[in-house]
Formats: sequence, C-alpha cells, structure tokens
Amino acid sequence: MTDIPLDWYLWLSAALFCIGVYGVLARKNAVAILMGVELMLNAVIVNLVAFWRYLTPTGSAGMVWALVVLAVAAAEAAVGLALIISIYRRRQSVVAEEVNMMKF
Amino acid sequence: MQLDLQTLTWLIPVPPLLAFFLIVLFTNRSKGLSHTVALLAIFASLALSWTVLFSVIVWPAFGKQVIASAVPWFPVGIAGLTETTAFQMGVLVDPLTAVMLFFVPLTCAMIFLYSVGYQNWGKPRDPRDVPGKPPHYGIEPLYSRFFAYLSLFAFGMLLLCVADNLLLLFIGWEIMGLCSYLLIGFWFAREYDDPKKITPRQAAVKAFMTTRIADVIMLLGVAYLYWETGTLNFREIFYAQDGALLKLLAETPSFVGGLAAAHLIGILLLVGTIGKSAQFPLHTWLPDAMEGPTPVSAMIHAAAMVSAGVYAMIRVFPLFDVPAALGGAGEHAARALGLAAEAAAGHGLSPAGATMATVGAFTALFAATIAVAQNDVKKVLAYSTVSQLGFMLAALGIGGYIAATFHLMTHAFFKALLFLGSGSIIHGVEHGLHHSHEKIDPQDMRFMGGLRTKMPITFWTFVIGGMALAGLPFVTAGFWSKDEILLDAWTHAPVVFYTLAAAALLTAFYTTRQILMVFFGRPRTEAAAHAHESHWTMTVPLVVLSVLAVTAGWLNIPSDFPVFGALAQSLGGDFFFKNIVGKSLLEKPEAIPFHPIPLATSIAVALGGIALGWLVYRNAYAKADSPDPLARLGGLYRWLQNKYYIDEFYDSAFVQPTLALARNVFPFIDRGIIDGLLHLIGRVSLGLGEIIKDYFDVPLVNRTLSDGSGELVKGAGRELRVIQTGRVQQYLVISMAIIMVVGAYVFLMAVR
Repeated sequence: MTDIPLDWYLWLSAALFCIGVYGVLARKNAVAILMGVELMLNAVIVNLVAFWRYLTPTGSAGMVWALVVLAVAAAEAAVGLALIISIYRRRQSVVAEEVNMMKF
Repeated sequence: MQLDLQTLTWLIPVPPLLAFFLIVLFTNRSKGLSHTVALLAIFASLALSWTVLFSVIVWPAFGKQVIASAVPWFPVGIAGLTETTAFQMGVLVDPLTAVMLFFVPLTCAMIFLYSVGYQNWGKPRDPRDVPGKPPHYGIEPLYSRFFAYLSLFAFGMLLLCVADNLLLLFIGWEIMGLCSYLLIGFWFAREYDDPKKITPRQAAVKAFMTTRIADVIMLLGVAYLYWETGTLNFREIFYAQDGALLKLLAETPSFVGGLAAAHLIGILLLVGTIGKSAQFPLHTWLPDAMEGPTPVSAMIHAAAMVSAGVYAMIRVFPLFDVPAALGGAGEHAARALGLAAEAAAGHGLSPAGATMATVGAFTALFAATIAVAQNDVKKVLAYSTVSQLGFMLAALGIGGYIAATFHLMTHAFFKALLFLGSGSIIHGVEHGLHHSHEKIDPQDMRFMGGLRTKMPITFWTFVIGGMALAGLPFVTAGFWSKDEILLDAWTHAPVVFYTLAAAALLTAFYTTRQILMVFFGRPRTEAAAHAHESHWTMTVPLVVLSVLAVTAGWLNIPSDFPVFGALAQSLGGDFFFKNIVGKSLLEKPEAIPFHPIPLATSIAVALGGIALGWLVYRNAYAKADSPDPLARLGGLYRWLQNKYYIDEFYDSAFVQPTLALARNVFPFIDRGIIDGLLHLIGRVSLGLGEIIKDYFDVPLVNRTLSDGSGELVKGAGRELRVIQTGRVQQYLVISMAIIMVVGAYVFLMAVR
C-alpha cells in the first residue's frame, strides 16, 4: 500500500477544527455550539492518532491520550447537554445570546 | 556569726519600707490590716536591731571590731580622664550606732502602737468626717495612709542609723524630710477661723523649706568632704590608719581664710543640723510642726528627725575635735565668733566646735525662755525640745561626746513620753468637748486643769517625763545626762556652763508650770471636767517609756560620783554607757573628774526651778481667763509670748520681699518674656502648619495620592466594564484572536 503522507491527516484535522470553531462562533443554538466543540475535540484526536502512528508507533502515549480525550468529550457532552436542558426548562430557549443574566 | 550579724544589720531598715509599699499598694482598703502590717514591721525592726545590739555589745573589742559590710554602689570619676572607683554603700554598727539601735526602734514602735489608739481605732467612721481634717469622734479617714507615712519615716531613720557613709545618711535624712512634710500636713484640709494661725498645710511647707535651706548647705559640706578625702565612709575618715585622713583634713587650709578644711566642713555640716534639729536661727519650723497629729510630733521631736540632726553631728564629731593645725589663724577665727567662742578658744577648742557650742548654748537658753510663756500644751514641749537639742549641741561643741550621746538617748525617751502624754491629754479634752460643746482650743492649757484624777495613768507618766526633763535629782534619766553636760561645760567652757545652768533652771520652771496648769487645781472648763483616760494602746506606750525615762539614766553613773558611784561600781555598772560608746572614737574620751560645783548647780537649778514653778503657779489659774502671773513682767512677757517676734521678722525680712519681688517680676518676666516666647513658638508652629497644609498636604497627599488612586481605579472599572458583555461567543472570539496573535508570534520566532 502506498503510504498516505502525514500532511493529509493534519490538513484533515485542521479542516475539522476550523469547522468546529466556525460552528461554535457562528451558531446561536447552544446545542449546535456544543456540537462545534465536539468537532474540535475530534480534530484533536485525529491529530494525536496521526502523530502517534507516524512518529512514535512503538509507544502508546498517543493512543492513551486519544482515549482520555474521548472520555473527556463524552463527559463534556453529558454535562453540557444537561445544562442546556436545564436552561431550556427555565427559559424555554436554547439560544446562547439570551442567557445573559450574569451580564452587568 | 560575723556574717549573720552583717545580714541582720542590712535587714534592719527593710521591714518598714516593705510595710510602706504593702500598705500603699495592697492593704489601703483595710484599716486593721494596715496597722497590723505597720506594727509587725516596726517590731520586726526592733527585734533585728536588738539582736544585733545585744550580740555586739558583749564583744570585748567592740569599737575596734565592728560590723561593717559594704557593696559597690555606683562608679565615680570620669572614665578615660580620671581613675574610676566604685562608691561603696554599706552598713556599720559601731558603739554609737548600737546606742541608736537601742532607743530608735523602741521609741518608734511605741509611737506606732500609740497611733492605733490616737487615730481612734475601733470607733465607727463618723459620716461628718472629711479626709484631710481631724476626725470628730470616729476613726481617722486616712488611717491607712497615716501608717504608711509613719513606716516610711521609720525606714528613713533606721537607714540613717545603720548607714556607714555620709551620703547614705543624707538619703535617710531626706526621706525623713519628705515624711515630716507629709505628716505635718497630714490634716491638710484643716482651716482656722483666725487667719493668723498657721494651718497644717502652711506648717508643712514651712518645715520643708526651712530644712531644705539647711540641707543644701549640708550637702555642700558632704561634697567638700568627698573632694578632700575621696571617701565618705565614717570608719575610713575617722578611724582607719589612726585617723590619717582626719589629720590631713586638719592640716589642709580651706578656701575660707584661716579655717582648716576639717573645720569648714564641720561648720557646713553643722548648718544642716541647725535646720534639722531646729537650732537658732532656723528653729521656727519646729513649733509650727505641732500642727501634725501628736504621734508625729513625738516621731519628729523625739525618736527621729531632730535626733538625726544631733546624731549626724556626733557622727562627725572628730571634725570638730581636731585642733586647728594652722597656727594662729584658727584662733583668730574663733575669737571672731563671740563670747563663748572666745572663752572656748582658751581651752583649745576648734573654731567649728566653738561655733557649735555657741549655737547650742544660745538656743538652749533662748528656746527655754520662749517655752515659759506658751499656753499650747504641745508648743511648750516643742520649744523645750529646741532647748534640749541646744544642750546636746553645746555639749558636743565643747567636746562632751559621751554627754551629748547620753542626753540624746535619755531625751528621746522622756520627750517621746511627754509628747505622747500631751496627745493623750488632748484626746481626753477633745472627748470632753463632745459633752460640753464649748468652742475652745483643746490644746490650750488654760482650758484644762484638774486632769489628775480624770486621767491617772497619763498624769503619772507625764509627771515622770516632766521630772526627767526638769532633771529631778538622782531618780530621773534627765538628771544624769544633764549633770554630765554641765560637768563637761564647767571643765571646758564656763560661759557655756552658766548659759546652760540658766536654761536648766527655766526648763524645770516651765515643766512645773505645765504640769500644774494641766493636771492640778479644778477643771476650768466643762470639757476638762468630762475628760477621761485614753485607750490602752495609748497608755501602754506611756508606761513603757516612763520606765525608760527613769532607768535609762542609770546606765552612765560616774564612778567617782558620791554614794551612787560606789553603788553602781559594786553592781559593775559605773560608766557602762561611756565605756561602750567611747569606743566609737579613736581616742577614748577621758572621764572628767567629779566636781561638786556642777553637781550642786545641777541639783539647785532643778529643785529651784520646780519650787519656783510651784510657788508661782500653785494658785495662779483659778479660771480660764485668769492672767498669767508672768504677765506682770509686761513687755518682756509679750516678747516671750510672741517668740521674740522672730516669725514676724522672717516674714517681713524674707517672705514679704520675696513675694513682692515675685509680684513685680511676674508681669515682666513671666507674662512678657516667658509667655511671650511660648506664644511666639506657638504662633510660628501654627503658621508653619498652615503653609504645609496648603502647599503640600492638600494638593499632593490628599488630591493626588489618596483621592487620585481611588479615582484611577474607579475610572478604569467604568471604562473596562463594557468588554464584559456576558456573551460566551464574544469571549471566544477574543480568546481566539489572542491565541492567533500569540501563535503567530511563537511561529515567527521559531522560524527565525
């Protein structure tokens, strides 16, 4: 098999990350923002696995870190969704801009 | 043994000082506890003193061997310039101190005990009583304070007795000066209707000021002595190296022409005694000191302060005794000092000794004449004290070391007895006043009479004391000591002898007058009729002292005295006192051979004075306003009654000019210069402050620093709060931008 160069994975990862950033910054729906965050985390995982495979295939740090990020992402999604549901129950809205009670 | 006695000697003055602080700090509230503390302390001192006294008195070489112990006190000299040595402070018990240790704590203890009754212990507090005024009938409001002062006084006296150097002696001396001020003015709020009558407050100030004048001059003497010898220790100056320092002092000329240093120092120290022991011309404070409570009078006039003056003179007696080694110069000075000195010069007296004899003899006669015409029961005794102290100084001046010491002791006993007795009398009459409500002075003898049957213990003890003072032959202590003085005077200085004989005659006369006026005849007022005997705490000291007023005289019966000498010799007690005390000196004084003339004179003046008093005053006072028999003397009597107008003279010669000067100087110096200066300083500071405030404080500190920083923070907050939008996405944009900038920077740095 002809090797796919490392760059490609990095480009893929960067593209994924940018889509995630865009989603977080541009979307008004809190659920969509959360999804953007998930995309950014996945970009990181792609990055980690690519670097592990190409640079240090004998170690296991890259794999382990990828798993840690997965776990964090899951926890984050759970807490984030719980918050959003809680906000929705109180204010009947999931629009992030409307959650402004802490503003001066 | 030696070490133990030294420690005990150090401890002698301590208990009263402790008592003073205990009373002042802790037991002030409880009157009973206060007098218990004071009494325990003085009896502890008495026990210590007598332990030391009876241990040393049996030493065969007592005198050569003494208790002496000293510790370094403070360094003297200028470091780097002169040699520095430690000034030694210590205690000394030589035979002279031993005598003091015999009678001082004993009389003090008796006075303490007496004060319990005198200040109305056991009676309830009278609501009318005010602190600072004599109580009406109840217990003294400042009871605890009184015992605190008495304790401090006793401390001063005991310190003075055991001191081994002049400086420590002087400290004790000054402590007593302070205490006498506090105690004379004890009833400080007392006022009299008669504005001419001196109040306790004024009397206290007068006593303090008068003795202070004398003390300054005495301190000069102390300083001069130190300058010449480099030490103030009695033993070193007068005893060590066969009196080498004393010889040096006698040979050194002083800066006053013709006087040896020893004699000038002696005269300077003598001035201190003239003040403290109330000799002419500084005697005026002592009669006025009678304004204090009577135990105080006894303390000042018998046990402590005035004795201290004579004691100091006896201490430095060798200064007066060394012959002038400067040839004719000293003799010349002696001639300049008047009659007694001139007579004395022929007998080889030093000019200083002659001065002392002159002052003493003159005062003895002078004060005795005043005492004759006084009506206040305590004033008579006060002048009699002045007179008796004159006797002692006269005796000392002519070289009668033993006679003076002996009279000092016997006088302490019988004069303390007389004062305490007079206090008892006054107490009795005051008690009578509660029944009669008369407006009379309870101290005035004209309002007494007939107290013999009302107050029997006081009567008998007072008579014993009075007879001792008068010198009733053979039985009383006063006779033996006075006889000794007259014998000395007869042998050394006839002029002094005649003067003292006349004084002794007057003494017997006024004592008889006093006893007759107080105790005999019929009560002349209702108050006297209702007088009654005092509390036992007052009569017990009277009895103890009256025993001593008789027996103390037997301590020094001359061996060659007819009948009694042989009797004393057979008991082994002839010259007991002289043999002990004489050892204080390097050369033991010679016993003066017996002479019949002074003895005959002594008996004649005593009996003559008593008889004369009896004849004149037997029936003189039928009523309180009867004229005094001596009023027939006319102008002379008035002079005597007004004490030769010396107080008035001092008032117009010193007090009024001083006041006038003050009044004239006050507007100019005080108001003008001193106040002006002060106001100027005040104004300048105020102006300076105003300027600093306007140009530094307000603009810089207030506006810029404190207000400025506050405003800065507030403004920054106002400006910066707009970026707190509360929108998460905005924050994210900002953080992204920052990350990109930082990332670009890091990337560029890495590339380069």
